[in-house]
Amino acid sequence: MHVHLLDSYRPRISPVHRLDPRVKLVLTLAFILTAALTPVAAWPGYVLLLSIILSVEILSRLGVGYVLKRAALALPFALAALPVVFTTDGTTLLSLPLGPWSLTATMEGLARFFSVALKSWLSVQAAIVLASSTPFPDLLQAMRAVRIPRLLVAMFGLMWRYLFVLVDEALRLMRARAARSGDLGRPGLRRGGSVAWRGRVTGGMAGNLFLRAFERSDRIYMAMVSRGYDGEPRSLPLAAMTSGGRLTLGGGLALMVMLLLLGFLFRG
Amino acid sequence: MLLSPVRMHIPDGFLSTAVALLFWAASVVVVGYALKRAGRDLGERQVPIMGVLAAAIFAGQMLNFSVTGGTSGHLLGAAIATILLGPWPAVIVMTSVVSIQALIFQDGGLLALGANLFNMAVIGVAVSYFVYRSLRKVTGGKPWGVFIGGFVAAWSSIFMASMSCAIQLALSGTSPANVAIPAMGGIHALIGLGEGLITFGALAFLYATRRDLLTSGEAAAKGGAAVWVGGLAIAVLLAVASPLASAHPDGLEWVAEQRGFLEAARGPLYHVIPDYFFPGISSTALATIVAGILGVALVFSVTLGVAYLRRREEARQPGPNE
Repeated sequence: MHVHLLDSYRPRISPVHRLDPRVKLVLTLAFILTAALTPVAAWPGYVLLLSIILSVEILSRLGVGYVLKRAALALPFALAALPVVFTTDGTTLLSLPLGPWSLTATMEGLARFFSVALKSWLSVQAAIVLASSTPFPDLLQAMRAVRIPRLLVAMFGLMWRYLFVLVDEALRLMRARAARSGDLGRPGLRRGGSVAWRGRVTGGMAGNLFLRAFERSDRIYMAMVSRGYDGEPRSLPLAAMTSGGRLTLGGGLALMVMLLLLGFLFRG
Repeated sequence: MLLSPVRMHIPDGFLSTAVALLFWAASVVVVGYALKRAGRDLGERQVPIMGVLAAAIFAGQMLNFSVTGGTSGHLLGAAIATILLGPWPAVIVMTSVVSIQALIFQDGGLLALGANLFNMAVIGVAVSYFVYRSLRKVTGGKPWGVFIGGFVAAWSSIFMASMSCAIQLALSGTSPANVAIPAMGGIHALIGLGEGLITFGALAFLYATRRDLLTSGEAAAKGGAAVWVGGLAIAVLLAVASPLASAHPDGLEWVAEQRGFLEAARGPLYHVIPDYFFPGISSTALATIVAGILGVALVFSVTLGVAYLRRREEARQPGPNE
């Protein structure tokens, strides 16, 4: 099994894919910040944000279904916000007797919960569109443009390059374990060893993986030195921004400010 | 999802903007300093060694073992990175792992990335370092001190990071402290055992095969007194604050309120904008209507733009594209 499938990038020919990665990164962050700043229960504001992100999804040809399916994976965390429904003061909606206690759900609490879940859902869609429409090297360029330290960007790049190699190594280790100890997921089969033993075996695999990574990093270092590496990560200068890119950036930011102001008007 | 085993990555939307930005600032300061120190500790080998180890930790998070009833133990990796590389490089490695998870796999949000970095790359590493170094000292350099130290360091890093995560959620008003702290703490006390076992196994393997790697990590860790103190401070602070905050659910809020932080954390930045901002429109009803019309116009123009762009695209290259 190869894990190229893991790469979030989905090549398409679309204006969103063509857009300057710097513009995309900044606009994605602006969108997420706008969603975060939109007040609780400003429902029309959320609808506007949703319509914008859906438009971008359609325009990007990634497929709305694909984005929504991936976005759903991030939803379970909403459970963490569920208690808010019962702890916020406000108009009582319903009361659940629960032994000696009773849980009181309030309108305000419900509004708060749905606002959090919606914000999270909107933000994750924006992040998915960014990751799926931008090849990783372009994203690295964009990170350099927004002044993320060069060394960190170089590390991200190197990590990305070897991620798939090491994930393959991890999968090989797991396959080897499965070949020797049976499939743990299959019912009716006895599991070998105690939980602690299984944990230690997995730890041995992890240690093996780290050892391989260390040895690989030695070879990589030598290969880099033999090509003239002197400890200073270097990269090509960034391309100049096109006028179209600048226009999109300005327009997008203006739209976000506009939405934010509308969100404040719609509050409560 | 294949690569999202540890549910400690806060998505966007769950932190209030003030809390998110506060932890962004804190993480930027620590990671910035770590970048300087890691260069001194590892020299020019730093980029390959940290980059590949970050990839290994990312891949190592896929390794799991079944515990019971469909649950499984996983690795987060802060402790093992700290033990192998020393604290400052470990901060960078964990920063890379957590950032790539957020950027590419949407495991954790982008605005919430600062808080996630703080929990996993800063607290995870500082606490691991503090616990591991202390236990190594106490056991007087005996080999089993490495394994016990690794196990406890791994467990504490997970547990403390989850405490901090719960406190961030509580500060944001997303999850009440008296629910979030025991729930997160309880779950991660168990997850931490898995982390501890895997770290233990990994150290046992490395001790048997490449003992020099463990000692080289220790050499690199010299001069980490500041990290040790930092880890101690974080551990004490979280150990005192968490039970207090969960026993007195309003305690955390009380402290935050005293500091004037709660207002900023939860209902922030609204005061900047007056109740009506269209000059001359003072009735809220009217303002809402104007806002509604503006909103509809906005959506309409965006949709029109999309339709136009798509038509132009289709004219340019007919048929489905691959």
